[in-house]
Amino acid sequence: MTNQRKESRLCTSYEIYCLRGTVNPAMRHVVYMRPLASLGVLGICKIYTSTVYNLKATHFINFHWGLSREEGTMSALCKARKVLDLCLTGCRSLTQLAELPETHQLLRQTCRDYADRELAPIAAKLDKEHVYPAKQVKELGAMGVMAMEVPEELGGAGMDCLAYSLAMEEISRGCASTGVVVSVNNSLYIGPVLKFGTEEQKKQWITPFTTGEKVGCFALSEPGNGSDAGAASTVARQEGEEWVLNGTKAWITNCWDASATVVFATTDKKLKHKGISTFLIPMPHPGLSLGKKEDKLGIRASSTANIILEDCRIPLNNMLGPRGAGFKIAMQTLDSGRIGIASQALGIAQASLDCAADYAHKRTAFGAPIGKLQAIQFKLADMAVAIESARLLTWKASLLRDGKKPFTKEAAMAKLAASEAATFCSHQAIQILGGMGYVTDMPAERHYRDARITEIYEGTSEIQRLVIAGQILKEYQS
Amino acid sequence: MRVIDYAVKIRVKPDNSGVVTDGVKHSMNPFCEIAVEEAVKLKEKKLVKEVVAVSCGPQQSQETIRTALAMGADRGIHVEVSGKDYESLGPLQVSKIMAALAKKEEAQLIILGKQAIDDDCNQTGQMTAALLDWPQGTFASEVSLDGDNVKVVREIDGGLETIRINTPAVLTADLRLNTPRYATLPNIMKAKKKKIANVKPADLGVDLTSRLEVLRVDEPPQRLAGMKVETVEDLVAKLKDAGRV
Repeated sequence: MTNQRKESRLCTSYEIYCLRGTVNPAMRHVVYMRPLASLGVLGICKIYTSTVYNLKATHFINFHWGLSREEGTMSALCKARKVLDLCLTGCRSLTQLAELPETHQLLRQTCRDYADRELAPIAAKLDKEHVYPAKQVKELGAMGVMAMEVPEELGGAGMDCLAYSLAMEEISRGCASTGVVVSVNNSLYIGPVLKFGTEEQKKQWITPFTTGEKVGCFALSEPGNGSDAGAASTVARQEGEEWVLNGTKAWITNCWDASATVVFATTDKKLKHKGISTFLIPMPHPGLSLGKKEDKLGIRASSTANIILEDCRIPLNNMLGPRGAGFKIAMQTLDSGRIGIASQALGIAQASLDCAADYAHKRTAFGAPIGKLQAIQFKLADMAVAIESARLLTWKASLLRDGKKPFTKEAAMAKLAASEAATFCSHQAIQILGGMGYVTDMPAERHYRDARITEIYEGTSEIQRLVIAGQILKEYQS
Repeated sequence: MRVIDYAVKIRVKPDNSGVVTDGVKHSMNPFCEIAVEEAVKLKEKKLVKEVVAVSCGPQQSQETIRTALAMGADRGIHVEVSGKDYESLGPLQVSKIMAALAKKEEAQLIILGKQAIDDDCNQTGQMTAALLDWPQGTFASEVSLDGDNVKVVREIDGGLETIRINTPAVLTADLRLNTPRYATLPNIMKAKKKKIANVKPADLGVDLTSRLEVLRVDEPPQRLAGMKVETVEDLVAKLKDAGRV
């Protein structure tokens, strides 16, 4: 089936018709390539029409493009093929980006109702008094939210990554601190054990942590290295039937309320980052002590402190995964964790937009509600676009992960976009609320404080950019 | 029962014929949530065998039934009523439908919310019981099922009244009966597989013509600003002026 494009069409767009036996107009995607700089009406020498058979016999792809240089043809073909591959993986999931499946809609509504009724009313108090939301965490555990991707046999909810992202967004919309507790337990603690643990380890270290009664934490950063995760100075040496760990871990979320931790320590210093291994330590445990609770700017209801290991002895089978795989485990865990944090940032951003839009209706100035003023309208529009684009990136990353496709780049993009959207939206929300945005009577100031950390933890925005650039350069390698 | 969500700000239509419902968030009537929760609790105590969730309304009522299924109901029945019939659907029509369904399904217990938060009629439960000639336990704040009878503690104006009625019976749930649970995620997944049967009122032999006609809907009068007075004598004088005393 060929698409006869008029030769006078002078743009570098091409349409891809994906046919599966019969013509399916719904499968038509229009993908625009970055226009070649030298392209102009007079610069067109030839317009090529090609029919390329994809590897899969059922797909027919037609490319039409205008090029000013013949040598550009081949590279454009290659680029287009790569984009096509990405497009085809997104085929099935594009409809899900437009409208969620019914179960996910019901799940989203349930979490939203819970956040509106149980979390939003107490969020300000939790923040002011630095109180860990133990009761709410247990209730969320009963709902299955504390172990969303864990299979039902181990006590989890057995849901997919998109469901986790939706639940995280709605919970964080109510209370960002509760959101981070949920995220750390799901992605950073249960995540690596589920992926790399033995059946025994899963039963011992996951099942008790699915109900909300116990939560876990993730110890990678140290006072001496955050972004530089490969330089772990915490050491682990084997002594008979035990591992002995020594060192300090910093910025550990949940640690004062956790019952277990995933710790990364160097087992072979000479192998550098390939000499890091992962260990599971119950808490409390002899040799493991906690530093003082940090007095943070935001997410104050969750505890953050140092974990100090002094000749901490653990059995040999507390090692998670093979020896030396620690760095790989950490990076893969953080990839998934990024989707959780992106969702948390989306929740905070959405909460600020809700607050600002509501205020714009009610507050009058110059004789009318301020929502009538273009300056306010432009702000609200910019906020909404930032949130929606970050949300689609997050959903796409989730869908790719569910489809077991590579999702590192999309997850990094999602976290970057969402955290920057959160700081942007909360900043604008305070601006729209004016003086009211600066006081604790309105939640805008709490969203501003909560949003800030999303650009820092689980990979700073700078690290995200490095990850994205690395992936892009890999794609364009000839 | 699918009603406008309790948190939504209600607006009257410009032609005063009703309230704006298009595009407005709807959810399950809060008292019906309590009723579903009680039914699921009875099933968990193994006192009843099956919980069937019923809703009368347009296509969107299916969402309400799914929520009930996610809370623990076994199957749903959606009685399709839409358009003009839906706008004039009132307690009398709903109770006729309920009575017909109860006979068809051979139900032993009908649990309804005490009233819907949109019309506040508080009639459906009572009418259903009358049509079926079944005993009724309304405004229930405590229900104990014991073999072939039910002990109901009712909240009445004077306090609490405890009655014992035989099954089959109709109960209506009051606020303090229980706290409805949030659907757990595994239950939401299971709800997808549970069946919702589609039924038309005509199939049940129910006539939906309404005997009531809504003449006009108005917003409550705007609250006027108050006045501050210095002394009690001033207050009494002002009240006498306004004709209130």
